[in-house]
Amino acid sequence: MTLPQPRLRARFSKAGKVRFVSHRDVARIWERALRRVGVPIAYTEGFSPRPKLSFGLALSTAHESLGEYLDISLRDDAAAGVDLEQLPTLLTEALPVGMEVQAVVPLEPGSLSLQQAVTSCTWQIELEGTSVTAAAGAVESALSADELVITRTRKGQDAVDDVRPGIVGLRVVGPAPGDGAVLEAELATQPRGLRPAELVRALDPGLHARRVVRIHQWTQIGGARQEVIAIPPPAATLTRTQQARAS
Amino acid sequence: MREVWTQLEPHLASVEKPARYIGLELGAQRPDHAPHLVSWLLTYPDTYEVGLPNQGLQILYEILNERDDAVAERSYAPWTDLEQVLRRERIPLFSVDTHRAAGDFDVLAFNLSAELTYTNLLNCIDLAGVPVRAAERRPEHPLVAAGGHCTYNPEPLADFLDFVVLGDGEEVVSEITTVLADWKAEGRTEGSREGVLRALSHVEGVYVPSMYEVDYDGPFIREIRPRYPDVPERVEKRTIADLAAWPYPRNQLVPLTEVVHDRLNVEVFRGCTRGCRFCQAGMITRPVRERPADQVRTMVEQGLRRTGYDEVALTSLSSADFSGIEGVVRDIVDRPAKDPTSCGQISVSLPSLRVDAFTVGIAGQIQKARRTGLTFAPEAGTWRMRQVINKLIREEDLYGAVTSAFSQGWRRVKLYFLTGLPTETDVDTLGILDLARNCVEIGREHHRNPTVKASVGGFVPKPFTPFQWFGQNTVEELRRKVNLLRDGARGTRSLQLTWHDPRATLAEGLASRGDRRLGPVIEQVWRRGGTFQEWSEHFNLDLWTEAMADVGLDIEWYVYRHRHEDEILPWDHLSAGLHKDFLWQDFRDALAEVGLPDCRWTPCYDCGACTGYSIEHVVASAVPPAGGSQGTGQDLVRGNEVPVTLLPRKLIGAGS
Repeated sequence: MTLPQPRLRARFSKAGKVRFVSHRDVARIWERALRRVGVPIAYTEGFSPRPKLSFGLALSTAHESLGEYLDISLRDDAAAGVDLEQLPTLLTEALPVGMEVQAVVPLEPGSLSLQQAVTSCTWQIELEGTSVTAAAGAVESALSADELVITRTRKGQDAVDDVRPGIVGLRVVGPAPGDGAVLEAELATQPRGLRPAELVRALDPGLHARRVVRIHQWTQIGGARQEVIAIPPPAATLTRTQQARAS
Repeated sequence: MREVWTQLEPHLASVEKPARYIGLELGAQRPDHAPHLVSWLLTYPDTYEVGLPNQGLQILYEILNERDDAVAERSYAPWTDLEQVLRRERIPLFSVDTHRAAGDFDVLAFNLSAELTYTNLLNCIDLAGVPVRAAERRPEHPLVAAGGHCTYNPEPLADFLDFVVLGDGEEVVSEITTVLADWKAEGRTEGSREGVLRALSHVEGVYVPSMYEVDYDGPFIREIRPRYPDVPERVEKRTIADLAAWPYPRNQLVPLTEVVHDRLNVEVFRGCTRGCRFCQAGMITRPVRERPADQVRTMVEQGLRRTGYDEVALTSLSSADFSGIEGVVRDIVDRPAKDPTSCGQISVSLPSLRVDAFTVGIAGQIQKARRTGLTFAPEAGTWRMRQVINKLIREEDLYGAVTSAFSQGWRRVKLYFLTGLPTETDVDTLGILDLARNCVEIGREHHRNPTVKASVGGFVPKPFTPFQWFGQNTVEELRRKVNLLRDGARGTRSLQLTWHDPRATLAEGLASRGDRRLGPVIEQVWRRGGTFQEWSEHFNLDLWTEAMADVGLDIEWYVYRHRHEDEILPWDHLSAGLHKDFLWQDFRDALAEVGLPDCRWTPCYDCGACTGYSIEHVVASAVPPAGGSQGTGQDLVRGNEVPVTLLPRKLIGAGS
């Protein structure tokens, strides 16, 4: 029996211009960044060895995030030489502008994968062409509804779903710059996830989200909701995202 | 200055692959513009995925940004969905580096690598807000320039280009910058465009189409002459004497999204003297200039560390010919063992493998993993045909290579062929199937399900090759040949045949050897929406044939006709160093099925490329490496000891 390989879990942001890079491209960017920094990644066996990286829930292209996650398997023989303290800074330097590594922690053997562990995400959604009052009205009626039915595509087929159970929390935070309103929504990722765009459509098909930011990914630990890797503010505020936007 | 990001950003979420438009690559620069700095927008007139890896563009990007009198940024043709957005929202073409409007640069410089991108070039000029016709541009408009292999016949684009660069750009780009800096310092005044263009025409390697008058005699060209006595009668290409002096790109761009050739690329030599008669690249880039092996090692080592790539390509027109290739490759592959921090195996790729077992041996050494497919280019189906095109690969060479590949674990072999070559008969065409079928048989000795893929392209005669006089096959004739092959390939399991669309071959042929009268044709194709003609889903031959008819030009005359020896060719006032009588003699030799040796290992036959510019081959080894025939048609088993001499014609003929 072989021991499980040592693993690391990294938390990073994706904001500004780089938000237009797809999930698949982010994976490739990470592979190169880890090689540049010299992190001894473990590779799969076989004909075409691939680095053993496992990403959490995909972030749609053009959405931003304050907290994305990635699990990295290390080579047993070299794992001890990795300096965890230095790693966030080195990786941030090796990643494109707008991707910042906020924390890297060792992962307990037997930990759930990110896909299994994360049960909901909190999103900040900037709506355009609406007012705070109108948005509040739409939120109110959505929350009081018994069911919210939308048609969405699942495996290439249209499916009619009640998405109301996917809304864990929803509120209007305030006005958006220009005209519009900012929502904060906690949306379930299991058993079937609810996407921010689907939520907006369920609220009012006439609404349009200008900007969407994932601000938390939640796990359940002993019945309590907890961020996958909690980091102290100000790293977890929008200001940094806005800084990256400006670049 | 116009910054377009704020206008562009709200639309990016609704276009395909928006990462193509954001810049931010590793190696990207954000230069500070200033009134005294000459600003270049280096533009590739095809998609980002195709254009980003272009090494020529990246080399100039670095050289210009290193200068204290220039800045350079990059741009690529926006895909059709973004083009619609740009036109609807009145957003101009932009640089990806700082999202600056294209019209704000001093020079829009295009890389021309393929004829079917010409309409994209017009589209990019138009999207920049610049008049497409050079004659209509005013002092406030950028100069529109082009470089790259297609510029050896830039005549079809003469109406649209202000100036053209022939040959290697490393040195001349700085000389041009100096001229343009003076123009800027004088304020780009009314009427100054003519002056700066005339000054540019004095720079060696720079061709200014508007400084030349072309007279016609019916359909023929009577004379091409400079308008002024100080403008050179003939424009010579530029050639850098020593690649070692130019270790560029130093900071290869690493894109955030997937592109073609997505790997570290290190150019190991420039130029090729194999003398394949159909190959324009091999003719116009002479002589061979090798990079010192140690510099290659350093560039690979530093490049891998800097980029994080796990693949490196050693690029050139025939990388197995690099002196000491085995040693260089071994050092790269052994690298992980020496470097404790390196992660995983590095794979090395050699584009343009030579056809022999020796080469496959190197490939076996470098591709320990991922043995998926190997590609060879015998180019023609019979020994006779290969003598005509001077690709002197014996059948034994090919079978040796294929045996070596299949026995070492590869399951797929891809073979490249041309059809429509001079003197080609159906025996030659069908010879393609014989070779491919024999390769399938060899494959079956080693695997249950080997795949042999034969890819057949229609031959387009190119300027500055011995075949520049040859009449291209018609669409119908190419179709007939493709059908012969298709019928013959039926029933052979494991043999897959693919072919290039003969209609696209015709359009390529038009632009390849056209003259100035083709300008209105290209303009009309573009105006009627004919962009991205390289892309089969967008290619539309009807646009081209209609435009030819509307302008009153004859396809037969431009494409299918054999040229006369004494005819003035549209590019006769330009020079790649090659003597026209050398090319004509080589054409005669081709028709007589006589081969020509590789002059890097044999005495000079004075093609003109070295003697005309007082330069020489730069090669570390004066004899060819061992194994196979090395494309000479001889048995060079002992290699390294035997300088190559070409066998007399009779003996060559007996080898088939």
